[in-house]
Amino acid sequence: MIPAQFDYELATSADHAIELLGGYGDEAKLLAGGHSLLPLMKLRFATPTALVDIGRLEDLKYVRDAGDHMAIGALTVYEDVHFNEDLIRECPIVAHTAGDVGDPQVRHRGTMGGSIAHGDPASDIPTVMLALDATFVVRGPGGEREVAASDFFKGTFETDLAVDEILTELRVPKLGGAGWSYQKFHHRAQDWATVGVAAVVQRSNGDVGSAAIAFTSMNDTPMRSHAVEQALASGEDPASASQHAGEGTNPVSDPLGTAEYRRAMAVVFTRRALEEALSR
Amino acid sequence: MANETTISITVNGRERSSEVEPRMLLVHWLREGLGLTGTHIGCDTTSCGACTVLLDGTPVKSCTMFAVQADGRALTTVEGLQQNGKLHAIQEGFKEEHGLQCGFCTPGMMLLGAALLEDNPNPSEKDVRWAISGNLCRCTGYQNIVKAVQYAGQKIESERSGAQA
Ligand SMILES: Cc1cc2nc3c(=O)[nH]c(=O)nc-3n(C[C@H](O)[C@H](O)[C@H](O)COP(=O)(O)OP(=O)(O)OC[C@H]3O[C@@H](n4cnc5c(N)ncnc54)[C@H](O)[C@@H]3O)c2cc1C
Ligand code: FES
Ligand code: FES
Repeated sequence: MIPAQFDYELATSADHAIELLGGYGDEAKLLAGGHSLLPLMKLRFATPTALVDIGRLEDLKYVRDAGDHMAIGALTVYEDVHFNEDLIRECPIVAHTAGDVGDPQVRHRGTMGGSIAHGDPASDIPTVMLALDATFVVRGPGGEREVAASDFFKGTFETDLAVDEILTELRVPKLGGAGWSYQKFHHRAQDWATVGVAAVVQRSNGDVGSAAIAFTSMNDTPMRSHAVEQALASGEDPASASQHAGEGTNPVSDPLGTAEYRRAMAVVFTRRALEEALSR
Repeated sequence: MANETTISITVNGRERSSEVEPRMLLVHWLREGLGLTGTHIGCDTTSCGACTVLLDGTPVKSCTMFAVQADGRALTTVEGLQQNGKLHAIQEGFKEEHGLQCGFCTPGMMLLGAALLEDNPNPSEKDVRWAISGNLCRCTGYQNIVKAVQYAGQKIESERSGAQA
């Protein structure tokens, strides 16, 4: 399979990438790890007339302790996030989940920023970002802006990014004593999530005080489960609160599972996520 | 051809330059451009790992990279494993432990094994299975692939301690 022709531009800085994008209008795309874009281009589902390669922007590959939060450069690959000692200590749900994406070769190339910018509701990292109330740093011709994860995902493959903007950084809170879990339900070890559930739990007397629950593959975007969160806030125990997991969801039916099956599995994996989070 | 660009990549220790269209996939450049057909195309959809090569020592799927993305970097393909007419320990391992049947997945599996052993010369079964978890084999059931990698690890270790003695 051979992609359609395109012009290739190698960006030497984020600002250079923005300038190059500006020159092409909405016909150009950024190329990061290429592990969502290339498969689409090979099938000719995507036919950008130009690619702006940001894969060599070394200054956007980092994990930094920024005091009250951890900062992750958008071009950092999953593998480096998975094994990053600071993240394992300060925000282990991110390091853990990066190791759950695809297979080793995918994790050597795929980037954190690409996974957010692509806007695929089946992706794992966006779900974790929602549960963490992460912030994304976006740069465009007019300068830099910050976007809350809750405002970023607009629809399947649709995000808040404009055509001449680049995502530069992901900011996640330090978890402190909070419990956490990402439950990825998949058929084969390396499959995409049929259903994914992220839980970040603040304990109170050994029980759930408050919790953030987010789902993968349960809507046209990654989503927070307000139904489960409210049930927990009103004092229901994890097993009973999990029963609300299907509420407000709108999953697709595809070869991995029907919508009904996904809702049933969301209940099971929400309960497991809460149990695991409480045990950590 | 319009919009060609010059790339230069060190392949198995030797610098290779050519003019390519940006859409040229790395696997096509290796197979058709350089005639290095040891790198196989299985699925062409990033699922099977048959096209795995080492990019600066790290396993990647060459069907899911443009050749331009490897410009200026170093690649190892299966042809680069043998040195001075002597098989790499991983190749010997696959031979001794019967780690292949049809051989289609073998180049990718051997490169993953070689990369793993660089970091971890004494891998457990679990370590090996994790390292090859992105690659499919339709013949062996994986059992002998695991043994082949472990054999190679032991061989490398014993050669090292032999060299020290
Ligand atoms: C076999 C396989 C299995 C996979 N399994 C999983 C899985 O289990 N879970 C999962 O979550 N993902 C999975 N993925 C997807 C993988 O995580 C991708 O790497 C990721 O979705 C995209 O990151 P990338 O760096 O490869 O982006 P690219 O493919 O380079 O880009 C994707 C899109 O994002 C845009 N983009 C990239 N970076 C930026 C940026 N910094 N700013 C603005 N826009 C940007 C691009 O223009 C493009 O539109 C899998 C992929 C493959 C091939
Ligand atoms: S041919 Fe590249 S992964 Fe199958
Ligand atoms: S030996 Fe035939 S596919 Fe592995």
